[in-house]
Amino acid sequence: MFKTVIRRAGKCAAVAAAGLMMMSAQAAEPIKIGSFLSVTGPASFLGDPELKTLEMYVEKINEEGGVLGRQLELIHYDDVGNASSARNFASRLIRSDQVDIIVGGSTTGATMAAVPLVEQAQVPFISLAGAVVITNPVKKWVFKTPQTDRMAAERILADMKDRGITKFGLISGTGGFGSSGRTQTLEVAEQMGMEVVADETYSGSDTDMTAQLTNIRNTNGVEAVLNFGFGQGPAIVTRNYAQLGMELPFYQSHGVASDSFLELAGSSAEGLRLPASPLLVPDSLPNDDPQKEVVQNYKAEYEARWDSKVSTFGAYAYDGLMLAVRAMEEAGSTDPEAVRNALENIKGYVGVTGVFNMSPEDHNGLDPESFRILEVQNGEWKLID
Amino acid sequence: MLNTFMQSRLRGLMILALILIILPAFLGNPFHYELVTQMAIIAATVVGLNLLVGFAGQISLGHAGFFGLGAYFTGIATGTYGWPSVPALVVGAIVVGFIAWIVGRPILRLKGHYLSMATLAVGFIIAIILNNERALTGGPDGMPVPAFEVFGWELSAFGSYSLFGIDIEGFQAWYIFASVVLLVAVWFALNLIESPIGRALRSVHGSEVAASVVGVNTAKYKSLVFVISAIYASLMGSLYAHFQGFITPAVASFEFSILFITMVVLGGMGSTFGVIIGAVVLKLLPQVLADFQELEHVMFGLILMLTMIFMPKGLLPTLTAFVSRKMRKKAGGEA
Repeated sequence: MFKTVIRRAGKCAAVAAAGLMMMSAQAAEPIKIGSFLSVTGPASFLGDPELKTLEMYVEKINEEGGVLGRQLELIHYDDVGNASSARNFASRLIRSDQVDIIVGGSTTGATMAAVPLVEQAQVPFISLAGAVVITNPVKKWVFKTPQTDRMAAERILADMKDRGITKFGLISGTGGFGSSGRTQTLEVAEQMGMEVVADETYSGSDTDMTAQLTNIRNTNGVEAVLNFGFGQGPAIVTRNYAQLGMELPFYQSHGVASDSFLELAGSSAEGLRLPASPLLVPDSLPNDDPQKEVVQNYKAEYEARWDSKVSTFGAYAYDGLMLAVRAMEEAGSTDPEAVRNALENIKGYVGVTGVFNMSPEDHNGLDPESFRILEVQNGEWKLID
Repeated sequence: MLNTFMQSRLRGLMILALILIILPAFLGNPFHYELVTQMAIIAATVVGLNLLVGFAGQISLGHAGFFGLGAYFTGIATGTYGWPSVPALVVGAIVVGFIAWIVGRPILRLKGHYLSMATLAVGFIIAIILNNERALTGGPDGMPVPAFEVFGWELSAFGSYSLFGIDIEGFQAWYIFASVVLLVAVWFALNLIESPIGRALRSVHGSEVAASVVGVNTAKYKSLVFVISAIYASLMGSLYAHFQGFITPAVASFEFSILFITMVVLGGMGSTFGVIIGAVVLKLLPQVLADFQELEHVMFGLILMLTMIFMPKGLLPTLTAFVSRKMRKKAGGEA
């Protein structure tokens, strides 16, 4: 008898508690921001700073009162750099968690795997991955914050042209980043009337690229060398380049624009140029540069909070989140269609990566000038242009 | 005798069908449907692999290669060349079966570790080709695959359909479709196992020498079952590609091959229903552990290790043995 009373009382309490929770949830329903990132696995150098950035700025925005008077709730999953789990988590975010917007997708593969789903479910999606295929052709619900590899190629080739170089040798990795970069470089070179006289590749696990570099050196008419690649490959190319005593102007892509690359390549990196985010040289930016303050603040806040070096990749997440917030504020609601339209019409948003001017034809909104050309001098980045 | 055997064989199939019919009552949202649909497709692949591993005793470490080939054949044929889905699926399976036959002839002469190494190499070669043939496969960044379509009728996870007067959503339609596919796959496997071919295969597993002494053409049966399991993988790869809508070379990766083998070992080698449980558990784990990202791999390893130590025969065989022992004890006690 006593037992049943206790049990009934317990049930009542449980029901009441559940009811209370539901009521409080209704009172201030948070805006759900979904994210799937490669926090662990081979692409963790992308996903880790991205997640840290999202966490810290969602916290900060909530402390400052949230968006549209509502708190933000970050729901994130780790896709381990695997495209099919990225797709599954995107599906979970859309269908199970019912998020209002997705900011994520560390790699191009992960992003593209989620794109068909996002397009059909009609949820705004801001990708943090690089390749040009994500926003070209334009997909109605898909946006992205990093510059495309095509822009990097344009920026590098423009800089070469300024130095009077028209013929260069290309060496690229066979991974996703390198091979996409190679395709774009070949196309851009043709458009700009430049000639790729040598075209070499290496695979991600190669430990010596002397043979490819020797081929390039022995090609007639080479005036410069460009390496498009990701990870440790470019560092090895850079060291081999110095070991061979090659004196031609040497370019790397934005894929290695980080301080850890400088550590890996050491003194052999001396004199090489690459396109990079202003985040690498926040203090050298001229005072009239609109990005200067944003870049300095992001760097200071990130490094204070996480006690680790800031990275360009985290900045993509920063811009993604801020664009999402701005779009929701402008739309005045979290209605997907309204947010999407607002995103598409964002003009002059000053981010860490660049100044974004979205349009129905351009879901990236950056121009090649958002890349800064840096040169390694005395083991440090030096702003050239 | 034969009658009871038949009954017990179909009983398992009936139970599986019953579970698949009841299951939707427990599925809360479309994402759950999607997950179960994937489980069914992967489970059917593993049922095919189990024929090779569990019954013929040949380890294939490259099965994701065949799965990936099927997926990419469908992706390229329907996406790039606009073939209808069914011919693409069938032709893909025939091509993959043929490749498996060519590759299998020399490989299956090898024994033990050498066979595993050779299948491993085949899997790697397929993955490398898919990665590097950018013009055809889209390279490491993958390629989109159109929705499954029969006579102009598209089966998309996002559509809504009317079936026998009942309105169903696309994800439910896919669930039904995948369930039927799984049932057919299991039914075929069960029949194969009980056929003379199945007996020959088990004799190969027991002792290849003894089998050949009693007149079993071991090479023929081994390559036959290798081809059959590759065709299973190819068909399921095609369906997986249609369902996912986007594929990357990761579907043909070594990790994926290992996952398949793990499903077989975890569920119970040689137990058709056991490997389905293996597939379900291993597909479910990443989702269940999603909130403990850092611990995911640790937990994963721990579960595998504990299963291997305490249930070396796999989940289902150990459990059924346990239950029947208990039952016998109870019956003995009462008598």
